[in-house]
Amino acid sequence: MKPIISVRNLVVEYEERRVLDGINLDIEAGETMVLLGGSGSGKSTLLRHIIGLESPKSGSVLVKGTDITRCSPAELKAVRRSIGVAFQSAALFNSLSVKDNVALTLREHTALAPSIIDLVVWMKLAVVGLEDFGTLYPQELSGGMKKRGAVARALALDPEILVLDEPSAGLDPIVAAELDELILLLKQTFQMTVIVVTHELPSAFRIADRIAMLHQGVFRSIGTKDEVKASRDPYVRHFLDRVPENMASAPAVAAYFEKYLHTQEAQE
Amino acid sequence: MATFVENVGRKSLAQLDYLGRLSIQFWETLRSIKAALPFVGNRYRWQSSVRQMLQIGVDALPMVALMATCTGFILAMQGASELRRLGALHFVIDLVAVGFTRELGPLLTAIAVSGRSGSAFAAEIGTMKVTEELDSLRVMALEPVEFLLAPKYLAALITVPCLTIAANVCGIFAGGMFMFFSTHLSPLLYVREALDSIALRDVITGLIKSVVFATIIAHVSCLEGFRVSGGADAVGRSTTSAVVKSTFLVIVADAVFTAIFYFTGKP
Repeated sequence: MKPIISVRNLVVEYEERRVLDGINLDIEAGETMVLLGGSGSGKSTLLRHIIGLESPKSGSVLVKGTDITRCSPAELKAVRRSIGVAFQSAALFNSLSVKDNVALTLREHTALAPSIIDLVVWMKLAVVGLEDFGTLYPQELSGGMKKRGAVARALALDPEILVLDEPSAGLDPIVAAELDELILLLKQTFQMTVIVVTHELPSAFRIADRIAMLHQGVFRSIGTKDEVKASRDPYVRHFLDRVPENMASAPAVAAYFEKYLHTQEAQE
Repeated sequence: MATFVENVGRKSLAQLDYLGRLSIQFWETLRSIKAALPFVGNRYRWQSSVRQMLQIGVDALPMVALMATCTGFILAMQGASELRRLGALHFVIDLVAVGFTRELGPLLTAIAVSGRSGSAFAAEIGTMKVTEELDSLRVMALEPVEFLLAPKYLAALITVPCLTIAANVCGIFAGGMFMFFSTHLSPLLYVREALDSIALRDVITGLIKSVVFATIIAHVSCLEGFRVSGGADAVGRSTTSAVVKSTFLVIVADAVFTAIFYFTGKP
């Protein structure tokens, strides 16, 4: 089966610093792919290329057969209408109420009557459990509610692909678990392809069909949950077993302070 | 020496890059401004334009009126103190009327709009940039230039000339007040003299200037917002930069236009 998203030899550089180093990834329609990795591993950068917000140095990203790194603005717009994105910061428009945030794409991209739009908005808010909070503004919501509002907005046009950037970052474990269940429910109900960027292991193993683990711009492991768990790659093992890599050693800290004191004394 | 040349080259390239971005943004806005028009465009964009008109125009009216009235008084008093010695006090009417319609009305209005609305444009767009709201717009297949800039530009194009006319009326009214209290000149006579001294071309050149000033303020301020990268401090810097650059460019454009009108015989 042809993948719905196909990343080929993607190279991304920021001021000559290579962030993604020729990576390849296929995401099948209807699966939940979790992009796992530590901070600065390049997973959010990969996500921004998958949704066409940035252009790579080389390589291609095919979404539903369209290479979004080389297509026309009109083609990119058409592809984007089939993708719903919930950003890490939720990025709800602060000047609009939650229901207006959800209604925005419906008003802009469909010819639905206002009463139908209201109904669709209410349904989307009900899916994420915010049906009683539609009239509130983003600044009046808690962190978890904002993220759920962002998911509702991403679902507005019934996208084929749902992209979630760090959905559980900064949330307490109960709210994070609620969001995981919501993602599972959405996938089960709407049969959509879900891409989730996260570094939260419990969340990743709860929701993923497959996991791609990124480290220093390359994939260290791509496979099912069991395949990733069984990986022998040293970084994957460190990550899964929570082994610290760059730990400050007590003697090194003591030596630093000793050297600093000597320098101060010499200056006096 | 090499470093000096390098620095000059780098700064020149940066300025050219800025001008290039400004030009691209301007053409993109012209292409998408149709969407902000009533009847033929998108009704949500037109609603946004009307909201912007209220903010740029109606909300600024008291401030612009007060500034113009004060400046009208100042101009009349300063002019009178010199003209009285020459026995030509009645020329104060010409000074205020022509000075406001050609020059002070458009310039004062542009400075007020730049300070009030230019800073607001840059802060709004800059904040949207740092909170990923602009990225949200793009992934929702909505163009930020059409969604944010076009309604602001259309609103500025309509409201700045209207505010300029209001500033002209207030400035000339202040001159009339001064003449009434200092020489007991009847208001009716003052109005007749003022209207006699203003030519239609003075009003038109003033309005042409105000349209150009509106273009400068809207585009420079929005570009400063779009260029924000970083956090809250960057938004603050962009807001300051928007006001400084747009005010500076308004004054430069005013000098250029005045020179053109002067040398082409239409001062």
